[in-house]
Formats: sequence, C-alpha cells, structure tokens
Amino acid sequence: MEPPETTSTVTLRVNGVQHSLDLDHRTTVLDALREHLGLTGAKKGCDHAQCGACTVLVDGRRTNSCLLLAVAHDGAEVTTVEGLAEGDALHPLQAAFLERDGFQCGYCTPGQLCSALGMIAEAGAGAPSLVTPPAEAALSPAPVPLSPEEIRERMSGNLCRCGAYGNIVAAIEDVTR
Amino acid sequence: MSTPGPVRLEGREKVTGTARYAAEHMPPGMAYAWPVPAAVPRGRVVAIDAGAALAEPGAVAVLTHENAPRLKETDDGALLVLQNDRVPHRGWYVALAVAETPEAARAMAAAVRVSYAPEEHDVVLTPGHPRLFAPDVVNPGIPGSRERGDFDSAYASAPVRVDATYTMRALHNHPMEPHATTARWEDGRLVAYDSCQGANAVQEALAGLFGMDKERITVVAEHVGGGFGCKGTPRPQVVLAAMAARHTSRPVRLVLPRAQLAAIVGHRAPLVQRVRLGAGEDGEITALAHEVTTQTSTVREFVEQAAAPSRAMYVSPNSRTTHRVVALDVPSPSWMRAPGEAPGMFALECAMDELAYAAGVDPVELRVRNDSAAEPDSGKPYSSRHLVECLREGARRFGWDTRDPRPRSRAEGRLLVGTGAASSCYPVFHMPSSAEVHVTEAGRYRVRINATDIGTGARTVVAVIAAEALGVALDRVAIEIGSSDLPAAWLAGGSGGTGSWGWAVHKACRALIEMVEGRGGTVPPGGLTATADTTGDIPSDPPHAMASFGAQFAEVTVDTDTGEVRVRRLLGVFAAGRILNARTARSQFIGGMTMGVGMALLEGSTMDPRFGDFAERDLASYHVPTHADIHGIEAHWIDETDPVLNPMGSKGIGEIGIVGTAAAVANAVHHATGVRVRDLPITPEKLLGGGTGAG
Ligand code: FES
Ligand code: FES
Repeated sequence: MEPPETTSTVTLRVNGVQHSLDLDHRTTVLDALREHLGLTGAKKGCDHAQCGACTVLVDGRRTNSCLLLAVAHDGAEVTTVEGLAEGDALHPLQAAFLERDGFQCGYCTPGQLCSALGMIAEAGAGAPSLVTPPAEAALSPAPVPLSPEEIRERMSGNLCRCGAYGNIVAAIEDVTR
Repeated sequence: MSTPGPVRLEGREKVTGTARYAAEHMPPGMAYAWPVPAAVPRGRVVAIDAGAALAEPGAVAVLTHENAPRLKETDDGALLVLQNDRVPHRGWYVALAVAETPEAARAMAAAVRVSYAPEEHDVVLTPGHPRLFAPDVVNPGIPGSRERGDFDSAYASAPVRVDATYTMRALHNHPMEPHATTARWEDGRLVAYDSCQGANAVQEALAGLFGMDKERITVVAEHVGGGFGCKGTPRPQVVLAAMAARHTSRPVRLVLPRAQLAAIVGHRAPLVQRVRLGAGEDGEITALAHEVTTQTSTVREFVEQAAAPSRAMYVSPNSRTTHRVVALDVPSPSWMRAPGEAPGMFALECAMDELAYAAGVDPVELRVRNDSAAEPDSGKPYSSRHLVECLREGARRFGWDTRDPRPRSRAEGRLLVGTGAASSCYPVFHMPSSAEVHVTEAGRYRVRINATDIGTGARTVVAVIAAEALGVALDRVAIEIGSSDLPAAWLAGGSGGTGSWGWAVHKACRALIEMVEGRGGTVPPGGLTATADTTGDIPSDPPHAMASFGAQFAEVTVDTDTGEVRVRRLLGVFAAGRILNARTARSQFIGGMTMGVGMALLEGSTMDPRFGDFAERDLASYHVPTHADIHGIEAHWIDETDPVLNPMGSKGIGEIGIVGTAAAVANAVHHATGVRVRDLPITPEKLLGGGTGAG
C-alpha cells in the first residue's frame, strides 16, 4: 500500500501575490506565511487561537491564522499587515496607531490592525455584537455605529499584554469617526 | 487628542510588520526545536526512548541529558538544562527534539518516550509549613528581615489596630511574544537572536555556561515582544537553542510553546502577607509589621521582597518587616513587574484602607498624615518625594471630596458603586552602563548603546536624551541598540533602563561636545567619536533615598446578581522625576495600571497538588485583561525636578503603574459592597458568598 500523502500543493494569494507552496498537511496558514513566505508580520502568541496576534484577513474576514490548516484553504485570498500600506503611504489605521501610541512592544499590533479592519467591515455590514442594543441589531443589515464600547467588545479577541487598549480604541475611533 | 512627545522611532516597522523579533530571523539551513517537559513533579529520568521520535520524517536529533553539551556551573540552576537525570519540578525540560520543520519537531517531541522514577513531592505552600525559613537576603539582595524600635509593645498599646492577612496565588508575566531564540555557531562564535530584556546579561551567562570568552558571543535583541521581568534574566530557551545548534552543527530556532511558559520562565510566587498596623486615634502609625510567607523552588532561591515597601512608605517608629520562604518542588519564581512592590503594596494599601475605617479618618488624609520626609528604614532623606501632592492632585481630579465614606452607600439599579484609593511607589535604580556617540563632518550623530526596547520606547527616549544633551534636533540623531556588540549597558528592568542608559549617553554626548570644542568647533572628515562609562559615577551608597511615588483612584461597580466587578474609572497620578517623552511615558503608566487591573480581578493560577503543576497555563485559562475589561484609565504626573538623581533628573516609570492598582480596586470593592476581599483576584464567588445582597 502507498503511504498516505503528507504534503500538498497549496495556492494562496497573499497581499495580491499568488504563491504556490508545497506544504505539510499540518502547516497552518500562520506558519505558511511566517516560515514559507517570510511574512513575519502576523505573530504567533499562543498557536491556540487564544490571543489574536496571528489575525489576518482570509477572503476578507478576520481570522486567527494559527487555527487554519493551510491545506484546507487552497485558493484563499489572504491580507496580512504587510499588505495594508500603499507603498510608503501608511493605511490610515496604521497612521492612527502610530499617532495614538496604540502599541508598546508591537507584538500584538499586526493582529490588532488586521482585526480592526475586519471588525470595521463587520460592523459596516450590520453584524451585531454582544453589546449592540437590540433595537439597533434589529435594523441589520444597517451598519452598526462603532461606539467605544462596541469597539472594545469586538476587539476583545486581540490581547495586548502591554496594555495599550485605550490607545488602540482611540486610534480606531480616529479612523471610524 | 494624542499625547505630545516624539512618536516611537521604530513605530513604522511595528505597524507595517517589518520589525523582526527573535524568531523571525531565518539563517540558511535552520532547524526547529521543540522541548519535552517532565511529566512528573519530582524524581529521576530512568530512560529516554527517542526511537519513535527519530523515525519521524524530518527528524534531526533528540537532545537529552545523556548527549547534550556539558555546561559549567552557574548561580541560576534553571539554566542548567539537560545536564542530569533529576526532575526538580513538573514541566522541567528533559529532552529537546530538533527537526527540519516546526511540524516535525512538535511531532517528535510528542513521540519521545520518557520513563521516570517518581519521588514524593511537596508543592503546596502553607503558612505553617515545617520547612519555612527566614532568608538572609531577598530579591534584589536586600535584607530579609528588619526590626526598628519595639513593634510588639507599640502595637499592644496602640489605641487603633488593624491585623489582616492578604493572600494571592501565583501570577504569570505572559508577554505576548513567547520566549524564543534563533542560534547559530560560526567558526567557534555563537550568535543568538534572543527575546530578552538585556543582551549583555545573556551574553555573560552563555559565556559562563559554555566556558568561552564573551567576545566570541553576540546576542541580539533588536525588537522584543514584552518581558515584564520574565525575560530579565537569561532563560532556558537561549541555552537550549545554543546547545542544539552546537549538537546538530546547524542554526536552530526554539520558540517556547505558550503552555510551557508557566513552568519555565519564572512567575510571581504565591504570597501570604500579614500586616499589622497600630495607630493613634488620629491615624498616625506607631507600629507596623509586614510579615511575608512565600515559596521558591529547589532549583533557585528567589524570594519576592513583598515587605520591602513597608520599609519606605509611611512613618513607622516601630517596625518589623520579615520574609519566610520554603523551597518546594515547584517551578522557579522570578521577576515579575514590580517584584516586591506590586504584591507588597496590595497588602499594605488595603491595610491602610482598613486603618482609615478603624480610625475614622479619610483614606487619602490618612496617607497624607503618615507621609515621611525621610525613608523610615534607612533614615535617609528622599532626593524628592511628592506622594502627598499625588494624593491631593489625584483626589482633586477624581472628585474624591464628594465621596460618602460609608460602605454600600451608592447603588445604580442592581449595581453597587464604590471608590477606593491607594498609594504607589517604586525605588530608583541606576546601574553602570557605557555608550558611544559619533558625529560626522556633516553634523549627524549616531548613538550606540546596548539598551533594549521591550516596548518601553527605549530607542526613542535614548534619542531624546542625546538630542537634548547635544543641543540638536531629534532627527539629527540615529540610534543603535539591542546587541551585545554595542557598548555594554544595563538591562531593561527594575525601571532602571532609562536612568542608567541615559546617564551614559548624556556623559558620552558631553564628552563629544568637549572634543568638538577642543578642535575649535570643527569636525574632521572621519568624524569624531566619544565614549563614556558610568561605572565610577554611580554612588554605591548614595546619601539620599530615591523613589517614585504615586496615587491611584478606582471606581468600580459590583453586579449584585452576578458578583462581577467592573472597573469604571481608574486614575493614576505619579511623581516620577522628569518625564522625558510624555507620549510613551503615558503608555507605560497606563500599561502598568492595566496589568494591575488584571492582578486585582482576573489573574492567578492554581497549583495542582497532585500533579505539581499550574492548572492555568494558557491564555484561555489564565485570564489577562482584554479590551472589554479596560476603559476609563487615565494617567497624569506631577513635574518633579530632582538634581540628585542623574543628569536627566528622571526616575523609572515601567513598574510604578502596577503598584497600588489592585489595592485601589479592592478598596473600591469594599466601599461598594462592605465586603473586604483579602484574597486576589477578586472573582465573583468571593463576593456572592459575602453578602452583596445577591446569590
Ligand atoms: S497565535 Fe493565533 S490566536 Fe494566538
Ligand atoms: S503592544 Fe505589546 S502586547 Fe500589545
């Protein structure tokens, strides 16, 4: 009997560039980015979907890339923190993080940025959160206004041990207001 | 409005994802390592069967105590990994798998079969443990016990007394970047990219362990994803990575799995603290005892100096401050943000609140009355001390004067609302450092110093100090930090980084100015370089006591149905010398206070008595504050001019933010509910059982 295949060719479109990779079936999207493509912007904080440091956008939605097996995401469109700026021009969210000092060690930052982008889109599409007033949630798919409380609730999957939360929320508000 | 002050110099790299951390260097031919932790709490390794592991596709090697490179002795036994068959605690590393890929290394580690001869273990701290002893010194080398006056008589005759015991479980630093090293050997030289708070300390440790000249070792820590003390001393990952790289003759990367950190990198040990305060009717303290009971491991003696702040905070003519410790079969404790002060001030500042109620004095006023111009323990005058100003300014900003002191006097629907206050303090440390400054003919400057930026904004503040000392614009100054190849400097720890580095940088800048002036103000084509070393400048026994002080005010709500405590407002006012960069300083204060909220309400791990391990080892079970937990935190400061400290007039700010927060929150919970929770963290069940009117 043939031994089972343990690798596959996986195609990922990352920040607009197509990559074809031979990957171990155990390889996560996060490790594919970091170890195979040299895109170390997305961080590994826990490898268990508990911290959010590895957050990237997969097909436009924010997700913990440490939890995704790359082989199951053949053909996916991935946006990482490296794909946010346009050349030298920072994305407004990146500029706001800089201005608001929305980080200290910077290790959670790529995840916070990607998560914020995904979060803004979710609220824009009318997805309610735990703290959305029922009356507003009933209006879905009308956009949910992003109050500071909404931002805090929706960003709570992204831990920051340096405690930059207040500044991160201020930075996100600078962009959403 | 954002805070004024220079934006972080490396900020752009951090928001674009190009800043490289220790595990993000990929030397050609690199292999990946994964550790194997001991599965028994104490005993011996009898046999290790690596056969199945080595049969994994991509396997490179399995290191064990039988084949790993031999290390020389060191005073931190936690670094002596894979040297013998002893298992001093569960989670201690007994093998290291090395493979071509991270996936294979992990599978290999799971396939290593280890047989043990287990021995009886003792992992539970009890206040009456028979093996408790009084250590001569506690961290960071201060006396374990101090007595002044006659505590017993003064306490016995005091008209107002408080006797309370405060407890807390182990706390874990959990920086977001796990400990990691990428190591390689090249022609007998070792190069290690290590996630640490100071590359010189790591370089020196490696030189000792491997018995080599430190000039042949380079340790790089360019960007570090947080430390909070647990990367302050060299940790086992750098030793293991260097051993594996030597053993396999390949570059090796080791990233410690998150769930293994609790047992390997150090933590704040559980503490039992009894505080007794005796005071006059007016609340003035006449007797103070702060007695600490804690644990260490059998590998390394580390004693959290929780009684230390009671030697500094308040008048106390009769004082007893003691520590007792027992060495258990547990992981080794180590530094965690504000060792000593963070837990010690939780106990002392809760006791002060209890004294305020016992004496019928306002808690802020009580602290003002007990302020001391000199450090009570040493009798030395403070170079500057503005605790009272912080308390008054904080009270004003917080609106303390409208507070009804009666517990349980405010309710909003099912929420009880309360406010509490506490003082903060943290000593000033300076350690010898060296620096180099170069100026080009075109008038551009380059500062080189092995400072470490673990998120504090070290690069930026070093540039601010240099620009100021040179009298030039900030953008004329380039900074090189984060490598042991640079002039040696103190690590980012003990809130002593900026003062120590800044002193050396300032001195080098002054020397450079003199050089240029000596040449009639011209710089030759090759430029000029000045160096400085502050070894002879830092007094070993300074005539002054030096410390930062602060005051914190918390407003909490307690849900009478669920017992959940939420911090609605948290205000800190600090007096920490001259603030050199307001933007990053504010972040540091707030970051410390945020961790203090975690200490108050969320954090703590449980020792499993049967298996000898922390039950909460990952971020799903060990809860740190999230976005939803934190709002309404404000930090302010009082401008303090202190010519004694150092040429910048600065004090450290990295730790004081966490000091006092938990007490302010606990005192606010008492004010809200009337329930005095003396055991951290303040989780709902402690309030539901305690008469909040719920449950
Ligand atoms: S690394 Fe993926 S959530 Fe922590
Ligand atoms: S900036 Fe350090 S963890 Fe968020």
